Amino acid sequence: MTVGIVMLVHTSLERAEQVIRHWVAGRCPVVVHVDKNVDDERHDAFVSRFDGLSNVRFSKRHRCEWGTWGLVAASQDASQLMLETFPEVRHVYLASGSCLPLRPVNELVSYLAKRPRTDFIESATTADVPWTIGGLDEERFTLRFPFSWKRQRYFFDKYVALQRRLGVRRKIPAGLVPHMGSQWWCLTRQTLSAILQDPERETYDRYFSKVWIPDESYYQTLTRLYSTHIESRSLTLSKFDFQGKPHIFYDDHLQLLRRSDCFVARKIWPRADKLYETFLGDNAAAMKASEPNPGKIDRIFSRAVDRRIRGRSGLVMQGRFPNRGWENGLTAAPYSVFEGFSELFENFEPWLARATGTRVHGHLYAPDRAELDGRQTTFAGALSDSSALRDYDPKAFLTSLIWNTRGERQCFQFGPADNQAVGFDIAYDPNAQISVITGAWAIPLFQSNRNFADLRLEAARLQKIESDHLDDLRSIHAKAKIRIWSLAEFIESPMEALQTVIDEISVAGGRRLSEAPRIIDLSGFGRFLQNLKNQGMHPYLMGDFPVDPAPQNARPKARRPYLVR
Amino acid sequence: MGFWQSYRLRLQRKRWRIRSLRKRRELSLYVDRTEQIEPDDILLFSTIRNEDIRLPYFLKYYRDLGVRHFLLVDNDSDDGGAEYLARQPDVSLWRTRASYKRARFGMDWITWLQRKYAHGHWTLVVDPDEFLVYPFCDTRPLKALTDWLDASSIRSFGTMLIDMYPKGPIESAEYERGQDPFEVAPWFDSGNYTISRNFMFGNLWIQGGPRARVFFRDEPERAPALNKIPLVKWDRRYTYVRSTHMLLPRGLNLVYDEWGGEKMSGALLHAKFLQSLTEKAREELERKQHFANSKEYKAYVEGFERREEIWCKWSEKYINWRQLEILGLMSKGNWA
Repeated sequence: MTVGIVMLVHTSLERAEQVIRHWVAGRCPVVVHVDKNVDDERHDAFVSRFDGLSNVRFSKRHRCEWGTWGLVAASQDASQLMLETFPEVRHVYLASGSCLPLRPVNELVSYLAKRPRTDFIESATTADVPWTIGGLDEERFTLRFPFSWKRQRYFFDKYVALQRRLGVRRKIPAGLVPHMGSQWWCLTRQTLSAILQDPERETYDRYFSKVWIPDESYYQTLTRLYSTHIESRSLTLSKFDFQGKPHIFYDDHLQLLRRSDCFVARKIWPRADKLYETFLGDNAAAMKASEPNPGKIDRIFSRAVDRRIRGRSGLVMQGRFPNRGWENGLTAAPYSVFEGFSELFENFEPWLARATGTRVHGHLYAPDRAELDGRQTTFAGALSDSSALRDYDPKAFLTSLIWNTRGERQCFQFGPADNQAVGFDIAYDPNAQISVITGAWAIPLFQSNRNFADLRLEAARLQKIESDHLDDLRSIHAKAKIRIWSLAEFIESPMEALQTVIDEISVAGGRRLSEAPRIIDLSGFGRFLQNLKNQGMHPYLMGDFPVDPAPQNARPKARRPYLVR
Repeated sequence: MGFWQSYRLRLQRKRWRIRSLRKRRELSLYVDRTEQIEPDDILLFSTIRNEDIRLPYFLKYYRDLGVRHFLLVDNDSDDGGAEYLARQPDVSLWRTRASYKRARFGMDWITWLQRKYAHGHWTLVVDPDEFLVYPFCDTRPLKALTDWLDASSIRSFGTMLIDMYPKGPIESAEYERGQDPFEVAPWFDSGNYTISRNFMFGNLWIQGGPRARVFFRDEPERAPALNKIPLVKWDRRYTYVRSTHMLLPRGLNLVYDEWGGEKMSGALLHAKFLQSLTEKAREELERKQHFANSKEYKAYVEGFERREEIWCKWSEKYINWRQLEILGLMSKGNWA
């Protein structure tokens, strides 16, 4: 008893020849179907190379185009020829010209000999699998597909739309439950001959000839009628990517294929010399007599598909430029934004770095330069501190920074005096943790030695900017983790507020802050705010800041007497 | 994109093609080996001027990748480079003394040659200081890439130009004929690029890297474009619009994914910052044959006079394509 190979060939005939000879050398008869698209001259030359090999036969040629009936017709004729010509064949294995046997032929033969009644064919009902390409799953079986998907896509799509509109539904022949699966199967003589000799075959053929991609459903469906024991998996290692196109194996997959323990792999790049040499060579190292284990290859390919469909979050590059809302994460990793903290606390940045073990920058969007950690002129990824470069694309500056420092959490200061271009982006970014002490921008003004008229103007400007920014933070679109305190509120219990923020950042967590940052001396600040109010500029973002305590070191002024006339 | 605009782009495409037809008269055939070209061969097109020192490694690099024929235009070299090229078995050479600038920086000549010889071939259009890196380039030949692109019905392959530079002053990067330029200039910037989209042509516009960081830090909008589409399955109706930054028809510029995924892309390593640049920059400044009034070369000369060093402590040293992949400077996409 042996295994018969039905091989569908359409390109790289040289490689196909190599593989055919390999099968024959392993005492497996081969029936070859050469695609009608191969011109006669090449076909005849190809056939003549097998003169004298009684184990190789050629079946009637059909035109095989992807997704059409030709592929099924070809395998039907070839299988028929196989069953008639080689009575010793018990299993028939359907392979293509770009399939490569990975294990010695006798291992496959003995593996199948131990399972004489088993049909290896992947076969699942349409409702249960997500393998569909082009949004057609159940409709494959209920619509008609007279146009080629590859060459006449326009008509294909239009005709599908038209049928949907008209509500056309084909009747599925009685007794059939549509199943789908990989088109590479290995069936027993019993099952295969039952399919081919079925009295209803003409009905089925007529039906399936108008089904979309019948080679993935014809045998898969009909096997269910006759098989006593279906093992629903393909013995051929064949992975498909998101467009339904098979992944291709190259020389650098050699070790991976070796370790897969699969019998046959597809598809092999025709110029992968090393693969063909290794696996078709005489000294093909015998693998353990183990079950096929394509797990690792599966993972690599599904990762590749994931990379293609979802990409790496927070990366913008020449192959990935997502439309707004499709970024799948604006940035690569979580980061923290502190607004008003470095104004309220002395030496806040070094303190924060010590307390959290993260990278702490100053005001990255400061007007004169990006205040990178340690005030370096360049940073990770060779980001420059030049404000012109940064402001040329402020959002890219942030995404690059976060991307370049993956693995190390970034913190930076932000405030109304900075370039506000990223204000909305950070609010919208789920990776951002934003803590705001509103109104803290007034503290540097309070400490500065400037004319009050200027201060008043500046305060009005900053307050307007911060208020707009707060609107962004409070918008329903904001996705960041946002905490907002007014200055007055924060000062009441600063450590408690700090602790909650820090706990979220620290990886270890749970540690109480042992060292508190020092709050800047605010005596006189209430008075300063009151003065602003008195000048008609109403600073409201700080909350209700008490005017008292009155300045302590200043002597209470003697009241000037009212003049009474 | 309305009908009117796409019609205008069509007219523009036709204009560039007619222009190349006119400019072909500037080319005189020097060595013709084009009858060697087989139907599936990958072809390389380039314009060369006084690059003799770079040629041996350039040819070797692309031969090793699997380029089968080089179709080159020599623009008035006087360093013996043309004679060297003429002796190579897989080079066809044309010469011209005409203006590089007025031939759209050589693109008119290349467009004509592509139209004549490249129809149906995968073509690479690169400068002699640009070296293509693509996923798996250390184990898979260029043919594997183009076969895969064919199977996926993809017609063009996008890359980013990565400027490579030495550590220390640029004068110290002495390059010898035949040497791998990235032995002397192995450093690059890994993450300071900015990208925007050109809605007219549908391409991305990438800027940044060391040139923006050092030479254009005060006027980043003038920094050179780094987006390049050098590998295209050519059709005689196609044309490059500006250098290899973008093409017409516009569909060829869609080498990026807009819905969050990553399309496979590569990198062009740019061996520009070698010792020879200091001299060349001065010469090019006098010749005034480069884009935007040779603004770029002006910036270099000024920068070199300030003795500016490009290298900084965050520069990355080039190892291989996998490193670029991890850094996000190129992508495997769904090729595995």
